[in-house]
Amino acid sequence: MATGVTSPGVVRVHVPGRSVKHDLRAIKIVLHRELLRFVNDRTRMISTLVQPVLWLFVMGTGLSTLVSRPNQGVDFRTFIYPGVIAMTVITTAMFSAGSIVWDREFGFLREMLVAPVSRAAIVIGKCLGGGIVATVQGVIILALAGLVHVPYSPTLILTLLCEMFLASVTITAFGVSLAARMKSMQSFFGIMQMAIMPMIFLSGAMFPLANLPGWLAFLTKINPLTYAVDPMRHAVFSHLDVSPQVVDALNPGVHWFGWHVPVMVELGIVALMGLALLGIAIAQFRRTD
Amino acid sequence: MTTSEAPAVAVRGLKKSYGNIEAVKGIDFEVRPGEVFGFLGPNGAGKTTTISMLCTLIRPTGGSAEVAGYDVVRDRDQVRRNIGLVFQDPTLDGYLSAEQNLRFHAELYGVPKNVVNERIKQVMEMVALWDRKDAKVMTFSGGMKRRLEIARGLLHSPRVLFLDEPTVGLDPQTRSAIWGYINKLRHTEDITIFMTTHYMEEAEYCDRIAIIDHGEIVVIDSPEALKASIGEDRVQIQTGDDEGAIAALKRRFDLDAAVREGVVTFAVPSGEEFVPRLFAELGVPIRSVSVSRPSLDDVFMNYTGSTIRDAEGESGASAWMRAMARR
Repeated sequence: MATGVTSPGVVRVHVPGRSVKHDLRAIKIVLHRELLRFVNDRTRMISTLVQPVLWLFVMGTGLSTLVSRPNQGVDFRTFIYPGVIAMTVITTAMFSAGSIVWDREFGFLREMLVAPVSRAAIVIGKCLGGGIVATVQGVIILALAGLVHVPYSPTLILTLLCEMFLASVTITAFGVSLAARMKSMQSFFGIMQMAIMPMIFLSGAMFPLANLPGWLAFLTKINPLTYAVDPMRHAVFSHLDVSPQVVDALNPGVHWFGWHVPVMVELGIVALMGLALLGIAIAQFRRTD
Repeated sequence: MTTSEAPAVAVRGLKKSYGNIEAVKGIDFEVRPGEVFGFLGPNGAGKTTTISMLCTLIRPTGGSAEVAGYDVVRDRDQVRRNIGLVFQDPTLDGYLSAEQNLRFHAELYGVPKNVVNERIKQVMEMVALWDRKDAKVMTFSGGMKRRLEIARGLLHSPRVLFLDEPTVGLDPQTRSAIWGYINKLRHTEDITIFMTTHYMEEAEYCDRIAIIDHGEIVVIDSPEALKASIGEDRVQIQTGDDEGAIAALKRRFDLDAAVREGVVTFAVPSGEEFVPRLFAELGVPIRSVSVSRPSLDDVFMNYTGSTIRDAEGESGASAWMRAMARR
């Protein structure tokens, strides 16, 4: 490449060819922007917190008068706590993914699409960014653990953080694959509501998975979100001091034809699904102009 | 100023159709390194379609194009690495500061880390936005946004800078500022500029212009050569009897005149020399006379048979812009 004659003092930049290093920089900056947007947008941080706090303290307290039997020794709020964490993380992750539609409406997406980087780098950056943002949002709920009688144990916190991050990245990938080709914010939120509400309801976030009628049990088993919520509940219950009967009733785990699916397998399912969705999101993104 | 002998942009038989509609009907042209090349035509003539193909945003349906020596279909990434883009619509993140927007771009384009800061400062100083670097872009006016986009387009030292209607919708002051940057650029950076416009006044600043109409290139040359090719000056006279004046012009000088914009208008070679004869021989009282060199408007008229305004149906906004620009 010829450099030519430039005026003194003008910095002439030579842009290198594509490399892994360049793609990593692209991933990093897309991720960084996601964090900057989150930090700058306090309203969003607060508004996505309102819903889980309502669930935990208003619905939780209200319903506990109805469903808690004193001899069980577990507060309803303690029971839904892992579900509420999952819910927070999912909503935040979906919002992050939805910002792609926003970027399209406001033109910024174009700036990313015309850059000489692989689309995969952009999608990966976006999903990791969404994952981190959602996890940070989840940390605020983690901080409330004491209020619902969940101990602040370092192992529990660490386990939940990892599970939250895994679930967030997967959900962001799901959201990006939906958002990649959508043209308006309204339609994205419509779809998001349609997808998210049933998934949360059917994940066992709000009720135990034991003794359900066959059709409902089936639906919860095919709901991918179930495998993200169950490990969180498992982690919380393993740090509670309750009788085995209570654990069986409230934290039965997921069973396939009588086989109790181990937590590691559940997490594996979420991770595999995350990778598959990431692949779909990248493929969708490659097809957009 | 020169880079290599190879053209900055080389287009051969480039075509784009959408269904049955041919937006671009097989055009050929070359842009020399270091020149400011204008693509002139009414809205809907195929300007944006062409620029989008050159920028690898849409795939041509026929023909080929090379930008900075790379094929726009086969070497898409290489083309992208070597071009800067400023679109008609803003593509900035309003929630980030001006500097953060540029930093994002630098990382995405892989600008070497040791020069990023210096380069960002330089391009922002060029468009006089360095003192606003920490302000959120959403607080910027339309003109400031456009200036920032030009700075961003230059950040990675592209070989070719594409500007799609860079001055549309801006106030006259900002428009002239943007032309100031473009003129400065040709001296400081080793760059070729390819721009589209439908403002005739602005096409004058280009080294060469291509007039495009209905998806075809009608003519390519320097503005001077194009105006000279018409060879006739425009004479406008105010008279007490327009009808009589038109009849007299036909009878005595064999000139076709018509009333345009309220005055009798006709074209004649060497207008100044014709004026004394006009007064001596017309026989109709003349109140005032003006002679003007052919403008690019006349060139466009001559080559396409309509004024650029008629061609795009005179939208309200553009009429206003033109009125502002004419002052």
